[in-house]
Amino acid sequence: MKYGYYPGCSMEKNARAYHTSTMAVTKPLGIELVEVDDWNCCGATEYIAINKIPAYALVSRNLALASEQNGSTNLVAPCSACYLNLKKVDHYLQEDAEIKEKVDIALDAGDLKYEPGSINVQHLLETLYLDIGVEAIKEKVKKPLHSLRVAPYYGCLVPRPGNMDSFDDAEHPTSMDKILDALGATVVEYPLKAQCCGGHMTQISEDTALELIRRLLKNAVDNGADMIATLCPMCQLNLDAYQDAVNSHFGTKFKIPIVYFTQLMGLAFGFPANELGFGQEIISAKPALKKITAEAPKPERTRERGKKSSALPMPTMLEEG
Amino acid sequence: MTDTVSSRPPTLMDKVIADTPGKAENLYACLQCGTCAGSCPSGPDMDHSPRSIFAMIDSGLEEEVLMSNTPWYCVSCYYCMVRCPQEIPITDIMYTLKRMAIEAGHFKEIDKDKAPEFSETFIDLVENNGRSFELGVIMRHHLRYHPISAVKLATGMGLKMITKGRLDFTPTKIKNLPQLKSILKKAKELGGAA
Repeated sequence: MKYGYYPGCSMEKNARAYHTSTMAVTKPLGIELVEVDDWNCCGATEYIAINKIPAYALVSRNLALASEQNGSTNLVAPCSACYLNLKKVDHYLQEDAEIKEKVDIALDAGDLKYEPGSINVQHLLETLYLDIGVEAIKEKVKKPLHSLRVAPYYGCLVPRPGNMDSFDDAEHPTSMDKILDALGATVVEYPLKAQCCGGHMTQISEDTALELIRRLLKNAVDNGADMIATLCPMCQLNLDAYQDAVNSHFGTKFKIPIVYFTQLMGLAFGFPANELGFGQEIISAKPALKKITAEAPKPERTRERGKKSSALPMPTMLEEG
Repeated sequence: MTDTVSSRPPTLMDKVIADTPGKAENLYACLQCGTCAGSCPSGPDMDHSPRSIFAMIDSGLEEEVLMSNTPWYCVSCYYCMVRCPQEIPITDIMYTLKRMAIEAGHFKEIDKDKAPEFSETFIDLVENNGRSFELGVIMRHHLRYHPISAVKLATGMGLKMITKGRLDFTPTKIKNLPQLKSILKKAKELGGAA
């Protein structure tokens, strides 16, 4: 199936591994990603802070190009911020008549027009989870990631795209968990999986950002993760490139690799690591990847959860003293 | 807006609501329950919690609100927004407060927090290239405003990013830059800043 593809600026260099692995894994799943020609930056979280109408017009140019070029009503964005901005602008163009009127005039100055609501903006995880489905992903697995303990990290904008509906739960998302489980990995449950990585705070107040990063790393490590899987270039950058800064700031010794979930899908699909952008992460994923075993590990439970015998916690008799 | 609102001079709250898209009028119904403050990951570093800011907006404390670092410390995580029982678009209101602060000329006072400068540097690059070049934005921001931290960055994390081939030095330019520039120029004429 054909989809419009909006890579976003990060994918060109910093998050090249995400782009490469996305291209590798979508193909066998029957997804054809057609890049929007001449797309521009979405403005991240910066433009809207300075100039409202230009910020909306900036994003609208991409929506207009996508609807004009691709012949697909679906537009896939792998970056959380790009996804949010595209979705949010499309949403407010439908909801706010004044913004729509002004954006229409601005687009017209560039001989473009866009009909709000005509493009369905999706995050890549959404496309894989909803359109393709966990079962179809499972069918493509050739080398399961047995024994690899992966903490899925969702960040903010995918589970919580503002006040718009999301395909997953706002506070306890599970879509990536299910995909990682289908890959044969051991999914690590940890409470902070949808908390903030600090976003651009590393540039504004490093102390604030480092504390947010520290909490996430600690929570994933405390729950036994070998690595963290992300779905956003900003989250990857903060958790990976600032891990050393966290260690020197707090005297911690974190050394947990941060990879894109698509890289793990690629490995399980049987692609060699070097075709999936492995090696571009600052904290090397190599030692963790060596933990992958041919056989599935015995099911383990660190905590007894959801026992079916009773709905309420009840006192139990000790067996054999 | 309702008749009651239009029949009196606009209050600070009216102004904030008017410039925020979506159901911003829900701010009139803020319960002061503090769910936003309790959900905010950067709350401890803010001058005033989001809840306090809304009380201050209600009280018309314009200067205090616009001088506050609160909106600049908002990380846009949307926790407050999905939890707010009154469905106030809190994150969007924070963006409005940033724009109002810049408009009101409080840019310099908030200078210490580096935030408006970072946004300006970022936008400057986007307007002139059509693309941002991620870490390049960071370097330029630090070189221009914080040379000492730029050196630290360049020799530390920056160097590692270069070794990994993840750092760009030159921005990619889009092909139809004149088109983007005409769109943005027109958009600014139509009421850019708050």
